[in-house]
Amino acid sequence: MPSSESTTFRLNDHGIDVAGLRRRLEDPHCGAVVGFDGVVRDHHGGRAVSELRYEAYAELAEREGQAIVDEARARFAVRRIVAEHRVGLLAIGDVAVYVGVAAAHRDAAFAACRYVIDEIKSRVPIWKHEHYADGAAEWIHPD
Amino acid sequence: MRVHLRYFASLRDAAGVDTEVVEHLGDASSLYADLSARHGFMMPRERVRLAVNGAVVPWTQVLGDGDEVVFLPPVSGG
Repeated sequence: MPSSESTTFRLNDHGIDVAGLRRRLEDPHCGAVVGFDGVVRDHHGGRAVSELRYEAYAELAEREGQAIVDEARARFAVRRIVAEHRVGLLAIGDVAVYVGVAAAHRDAAFAACRYVIDEIKSRVPIWKHEHYADGAAEWIHPD
Repeated sequence: MRVHLRYFASLRDAAGVDTEVVEHLGDASSLYADLSARHGFMMPRERVRLAVNGAVVPWTQVLGDGDEVVFLPPVSGG
């Protein structure tokens, strides 16, 4: 399915404007808007996290991310999907990823939102470099 | 055959460079094995995906002269 203004994935290197993305989901046909904010937390695996940095293989990440939102648009009865993922240095509390979905009804909106965030986490070439309170830092490569 | 490599995340740290151009005769698996030996990559090939010219492809993909090759360690976005 071709991408359109209403179905987009982008990398973002400066800060995710959740309210602005949410406005792009407004659609008089839609009675359900579901948003997921992934936020930087201060702990991982029992260690205190101070900040983190996301790095992407940008060309492939944007292509793969767009493929995911297009898949979700085709699989679920939804009208609009906007997703952004940060790259660069993030502080605790910063929004790392946003996925917003608008649909006529809530079941499809929840399902599509869940699909998009799960596929982003498993497929899109973005890597997290965690910086810990004790000064150490580590790339996260999940099993 | 010359291939253009780009490295990301832990593989870039291990390689110590963002990019390099290497001469290689053989498939992508043998290229990864050579680079692992040279750069000390600890990531087994089974955990790595292959991207050629900006697309994820199976390890059986035949490499061509001038290809951009990226070995993708497990991703951790989200």
